[in-house]
Amino acid sequence: MQTTKREFLILATGAAVAAFASLPTAPQATAAVAEEMANFLDGATATEGGISLDMPEIAENGNVVPLTISVDGEPSGDLYAESVGIFADGNPLPQAATFHFTPLSGRMEASTRIRLAKTQNVTVLAKMSDGTVRKAETVVKVTIGGCGG
Amino acid sequence: MSKPRVRVPKKAAVGEVIEIKTLMNHTMESGQRKDEQGSTIPRMIINKFTCTFNGQPVFSCDLEPSISANPYFQFSAKVEESGVFEFEWVDDAGETFATKKKIAVS
Repeated sequence: MQTTKREFLILATGAAVAAFASLPTAPQATAAVAEEMANFLDGATATEGGISLDMPEIAENGNVVPLTISVDGEPSGDLYAESVGIFADGNPLPQAATFHFTPLSGRMEASTRIRLAKTQNVTVLAKMSDGTVRKAETVVKVTIGGCGG
Repeated sequence: MSKPRVRVPKKAAVGEVIEIKTLMNHTMESGQRKDEQGSTIPRMIINKFTCTFNGQPVFSCDLEPSISANPYFQFSAKVEESGVFEFEWVDDAGETFATKKKIAVS
């Protein structure tokens, strides 16, 4: 059976719409990232706020996505961010890095560049020296994925 | 092959918070890529970066394969006295790359 031009167009439009509908706007966290975050938290509960995560909304090149984290307050012997975990939930290995600040850091702000395989959520968890955990997250849209292949 | 580049101000005031930038040449092979024959290219990344000032820890980072090639870091340090910043990168093979920068604080 031959497909007429009209039928073909209808099919093609349907396929395109379906493809769009399945595009994730805010993708769900995978089991791997949940487990890694649980390991990092080690029983503690994360609360939103007191930390910011600055990343581009749209990353054209997933190989090099700039990221800046900034924990509120000045680090002191009493209170500083001991470890700050960065989790990219759409990457094959979600935990990207862990920053360690000290009272000598002056400011608890640091930048690096990470790889993102696809559009996904990036979460940062900051374990403070008093045992509290701060959390921030953002969605980054990725045009070209950065994991090779 | 790998040569670190570090930018630290030469001078600062006592108690000033200065900005430090570091860049290290490294392919950061993630262990996720496959070669033309379809076999996995083994992971080879820098997994640890540390910065100390006069022997005291300032900032460090545990790196995973999701860190981009040629790892870059920008961070701060509070300086109360003149001294030496030491920077160290360690890769999966245990190879260490290090560099130092002096700062005059007055």
